[in-house]
Parts: sequence; structure tokens; C-alpha cells
Amino acid sequence: MSKTFSVGGIHPHDNKISANQAIENLPLPAVAYISMAQHIGAPAEPVVGKGDYVQVGQIIGKASGFISANIHASVSGVVKSVEPYPNPLGNKSMTVIIDVQGDEWMEGIDQSAELVGDINLSGPEIVKKIAEGGVVGLGGATFPTHVKLSPPPDKKAECLVLNGAECEPFLTSDHRLMLEKGAEIVVGTQLMMRALGVQKGYIGIEENKPDAIRHLSKLVKQHSGIEIVSLKKRYPQGGEKQLIEAVVKRQVPSMGLPIDIGVVVQNVGTALAVYEAVQKNKPLVEKVVTLTGRSLLNQRNFRVRIGAPLSELIAAVGGLPEDTVKVVLGGPMMGESALHLEAPVLKGSSAVLFLSEQETKRLPQSACIRCSKCIEACPMGLEPYLLYKYGLSNCVEELEQNHVYDCMICGCCMYTCPAYLPLLDMMRFSRNQVLAIMKNRPKN
Amino acid sequence: MVKKLLVSQAPHLHGKENTRRIMLDVLIALIPAVLVSVYFMGLSALSVFAVSIATCVAVEYLIQRYLINGPSTISDMSALLTAVLLALNLPPTSPWWMVMIGAVVAIGIAKMTFGGLGNNLFNPALVGRVVLLISFPVLMTDWTVPPSIFRVGADAISGATPLGIIKEGLAGGLTMEQLQGAHGFSYQYLLWGKIGGSMGEANAFALLLGFAYLLYRKVIRLHIPLTIFVTVALFTGILWLINPQQNADPLFHLLTGGILLGAIFMATDYVTSPMSTKGMIIFGVGIGVITVLIRVYGAYPEGISFAILIMNAMVPLLNMYCKPKRFGEVIKNG
Repeated sequence: MSKTFSVGGIHPHDNKISANQAIENLPLPAVAYISMAQHIGAPAEPVVGKGDYVQVGQIIGKASGFISANIHASVSGVVKSVEPYPNPLGNKSMTVIIDVQGDEWMEGIDQSAELVGDINLSGPEIVKKIAEGGVVGLGGATFPTHVKLSPPPDKKAECLVLNGAECEPFLTSDHRLMLEKGAEIVVGTQLMMRALGVQKGYIGIEENKPDAIRHLSKLVKQHSGIEIVSLKKRYPQGGEKQLIEAVVKRQVPSMGLPIDIGVVVQNVGTALAVYEAVQKNKPLVEKVVTLTGRSLLNQRNFRVRIGAPLSELIAAVGGLPEDTVKVVLGGPMMGESALHLEAPVLKGSSAVLFLSEQETKRLPQSACIRCSKCIEACPMGLEPYLLYKYGLSNCVEELEQNHVYDCMICGCCMYTCPAYLPLLDMMRFSRNQVLAIMKNRPKN
Repeated sequence: MVKKLLVSQAPHLHGKENTRRIMLDVLIALIPAVLVSVYFMGLSALSVFAVSIATCVAVEYLIQRYLINGPSTISDMSALLTAVLLALNLPPTSPWWMVMIGAVVAIGIAKMTFGGLGNNLFNPALVGRVVLLISFPVLMTDWTVPPSIFRVGADAISGATPLGIIKEGLAGGLTMEQLQGAHGFSYQYLLWGKIGGSMGEANAFALLLGFAYLLYRKVIRLHIPLTIFVTVALFTGILWLINPQQNADPLFHLLTGGILLGAIFMATDYVTSPMSTKGMIIFGVGIGVITVLIRVYGAYPEGISFAILIMNAMVPLLNMYCKPKRFGEVIKNG
């Protein structure tokens, strides 16, 4: 029996058209653009300069501050410049631009495919290696993994939940990883369990990936403590709070974090990155990216060097499809539309999705008919129609009283709205406004 | 080559729902009831539909065009839906001018005065019906049906509604057994037959067919109709058990007097019904209780129209106090 969450949710067509494409290595790019701001928190400090020769795996940006992550060269070559460069969304950040020469890796990095299953390190040593490897959450949030694995002393982790739900339509990179790197993901899970000092780990997978569920179930048989949980196909099943509720039957309190109820969530892709950083000394320099879209002829799952320009990925599938009007990075529900295609792949990139005008068109807005479909759809149990109304008139007090800060920006309300109201556009704005007010309010 | 890209915030996909499609679905669900009413009541029914539709759509268009000077929204089909519902709530013998007054009241006063679709407090079609019922009580309770062209040689359908007959009969000292025997109100007749009453009440089965379609298309949820049915059945059931000779049984109540039409099509109107599940249940129970009170103790034999309108007035309050359960509001540990 598949498990799921209790409030709201929608059922968009899952469109996993690239699910049968095995992961392929994309050829090296000619130039790599490696941003210092690929994670949540403080950007890394560049430690190389123009003209320096770098090898794959060399640290080129040092973590600065508690919530930050190291950045490594993903290619070998000469640093062309260190300058602000726009990311796919158009925001500029300090970027190390490298002219690629050959493919020379740092010494000590194990590039072989051989599985290293024995864990010889202690918890703190594992966390240290993860931090050195620049591993961040690859589910999209890019929160530095070593920070998440070091809960504050007053909180105690009880279990680890691995997110293999991949509930966004179109995305298949996690699915392919679970099929092709299942054993490595299991070792990565054990490493993180040891780092947290917990005995119990779960891997939650949506039931539309039965092959991945079968494969991982077979692999975890010899490891006690790891359980595969089949999840219902429902968006946003992979949302952190929804996943936890489905797996451990507990709700993360409003404004709280998973660790408040003793849970740490990591993505399956992160588990692989942890395995590579700890067991193979290989920092996070590659990322599996799905190239998909209904009008794309060549669906692909590419293993890409971080910093490769999107245009090279797109060229590898034969260029932009004729009817594409929007290029989305990530899934269609929460992904961001790209502003320009010379921007690089980031650690958090999971897919490049091509949408036609037909698919992504918003009809003209009409009046709210109070159908309550947004309330039914909201996985946080909010009233989007009401928050929208308050947002329009900028009633911040009412917005706070109606818990706008709980919104997780999943887009279910806007997806469902028959009047095509820009519910989420308004909610995103209101939520940030209210959160800022709450943060700056003096505490009594 | 630089291709211009569209840039916007997520979500980049949208569900297949839109307002027009929802209105169309309700209209599709009404097709069986409309066909049955035309079959039983003939050309006079057709003319009521025609006048109602023409007036409703025209009034909405004219108000938007000349009073508000805004864009016209008649293409969302909500005026068309109101028109069909209003017609189904009228007797087939309604004169054309009365239908027109009802339509002007429904769209002009009950809907557009409040700000058009989505802003009206009361169900427009019901406001139209009730205004006519109070203004023209004789015309509105004359249920004599001229023989239909589709049923050559058939007799006119008897004049009063089953509930009306029973209310009058009980007041005149007859018992339920005598009344049912004399008028042949079998359940089969109530479910399939040509029941005297407004055009939409002619056949219960046609309405249930529409109900099934609405549920299948997920246009409405079960909560409101079900709570109305259960409340009416329980309340009349208790009265019936106490005194079966003076009270009609629950099934009889459910199948007559517009309970089906009201519960399925009028009380579930999005705009004038509560938004949360809890609110919907309170709303449905309220309608059920008020309907039975009016039927058993009030002046009118039916009563669901008044019950729905009274509960419509409660909706803003219900929306304010019945909030959906928030995620993470109660911390479950276990």
C-alpha cells in the first residue's frame, strides 16, 4: 500500500517521457562558467585568479560563513577571468570562467566505477569530507549538506528520510540515478545515517517508478535499518513536509524544521554526491540533468560538468524545438524560466524543460467564483483565494493571521484555479513581505 | 540566432479547468432535466426556456455595456446557466412577461448589483423565483400542464404538486394513507413519472443523472447535497415515526418539492455556498432543517428555495469561522 500526505495536492500528468534514457556523459564544454553562488547562504570566496591553471576537483571557491559551501573546478584548464556573470535567471554572481584544456583530475580522486562499500570513518569525519566536497542538497534547494547533517545540540535526529519521490512532472534524473547508481545511493544513505548517529533510514519513491522501487528494495535487503517506502503519485509528494508526513506519519509544525520532530531529509542525488565525496574523494563537479519536453525528439539524461553552458546541452539534443517559447530549469511546477541560454548549469539544476506556447499559456484572468478548488489543492491547508484578496489590498496583518508564511510556493493553487488568477505570484510576494516583517519584529 | 524566450514565475503549467468549462459542465448535467421537461410539458416549456435565456443574457450584456462600461462576460456562460436554472424553477404555464421579470430580477438585481459573477451573496435564479412566488402567488402555484405535442391525446397533468395536495389534504383532516391511495403517489411514479410542479421537478431520475455527471466531472463535491438529503430524511423520518398518518415518509419528502433540484443544482452554486468542508456540512444541515420546518409548520408546501436563500446569507460567516485544517497546526506524535 503506497503512502501519501493528508492535506491537498494535485494530480498533473507526470510526463516522464525521458525515463527510459540511460544517463550519458555530455562532452566537455569549451568554456565553463563556475558561479560562486550555487547554494543557499553566503557565496564562496574565489581563491584562484586570472591565468591560474586548475585541475578537475581543485577548490576554486572557499566556503565563507557557517551556511556556505566549497566550489570546485569541474574542468581542467586556464582561468580566463573571475568576474560577475549572470546565472540563468539573470542574477549576476562572481563566476570563475575557465578555458577548458584536456581533462586532468586532481590526485587522489577515484574515478573508477568500483563500489566502495566499507565505511571506515566516524560521523564527524564524514561530515568534514562532505563539507570539503562542496556537497549541497540536490533536490533543488541547494542547502549545504554538511550543515543539515550537523543538527544544533539541543535537537536530536531520530531518522533520515531520503527523497526519491521526484514528484515534479517531466523530471527523470533522480529516477535514472536510482536505477543506475542504486548501490552507491545506499552507501551514501548509510554514510549520512552514521554522520547523524541514527539507526533508521527511509527512501521514499513515488509508485510511478516501480523499477526503482524494486531495484532499491533488493539492494537494501542486506542492510538492516533502511526501508524503501512506496509513495502515491501526487504532487507535491516530494515536498519536504509532505514526504515526512507520508513516511513517518508526523507533521512538521508550522514555521518549524524537520529536525524539530527528529527527521532529516536528503535527496537521493545528494546521497550519491555524499558517497562520491566520502568514499571516492570526488567533490561535486558533475550533475545529472534531464533534457525533456513534449516537442523534443531526443529525450536525454546527461551527466554534465557543473558550469557547462546550457546552450551546449541544448545543442546536444539538436537545438531548441521549433515551438519552444519557454525554457524552464527544473520541473514545470516550481522550476524557474531561463532568461538566457549562455548561462551555466548549477549544482541545483535538475532539468532543462522545453515548453510550447500551447502548454504554458495562461488564459486571461476572470473573477473568482469561490469554487474552493484552491483550498482543496493547498497542501498546507491555506486559503489561497483569501490570501490573494488580502494581498491585492496589501492587508499584511490579515495575511499574517491567515498564515501566509506557511506557503511553500508549490503552485497547486494556481495550477487549479479555473479563473486563472495569479494566486502564486501574489502569494510569493505577500509571503516574503510578511516573513520580513515577522523577522524584524522586536521579540518581547 | 537569438530566440526570444518567455520568462515568468512558476507554475509553468495549468490544469485543464476554466470557468467556462465548469459552467458548461453544469449545463450538460441539466440536459436530461431540460429534455424531460420539454417532453412532458411541450412547447410551453420551450418558450419559458427561450424567454428566460434571452432575457438573462441580454440583461447581463446591457448592464455591462451601458451601465458599467466594462468588458462583457456573457461568454463565460454563467448568465446562460442562471437562465436555465431559473426556467427549471418556474411552472411551465408561466406567462412570458412573468419569466422576463424573474430574469431581470435574477441577473439585474441578484447578480449584477452585487458586482457580477463571483460577488453575489444570493443564488440569482432562486432570488428570481422567490420574487415571482411572492409577487404572483396564483400564477406561480398553478401547475396545470397543457397536453404536450409529444404525447398526442394525453390528458393535462393534474394541477397541484404532491406536496401541495398533501399539505391541503392533511389540513382538511385526511390521513396520509387516504391521500396516497387517492392520488397514486407511488415511489415509482415519483422517481420516473411526470410529477406536477416546476419544470425541473418533473422527473427525479433526470436530476439524479445530472448529479452523477457533476460528481464524475468533479464539478461539485458530495458534502452539500448529501447533508441536505440526510438531514431531510432524518428530520422527516422522526416526524413520520411519531405520527405516520399526519406526516409523509422521508422518501416521499426527498423525491418531491424540488429537494433534488435544490440540493444538487442550487445549493452547490460555488459563489453562494461555503468554501470549506466544515462550512459545507453546516450549510447543508441548515438547509435541510429549514426546509422541513417550512414544509411541516410553514405556509408553503415546498420551502427549499427559502431555505437555500436563508443559508446563503450565512455563507460569509461560515467562511470566516470554518477554516480548513492547516498542515502542521496540530503536532501529531505517534
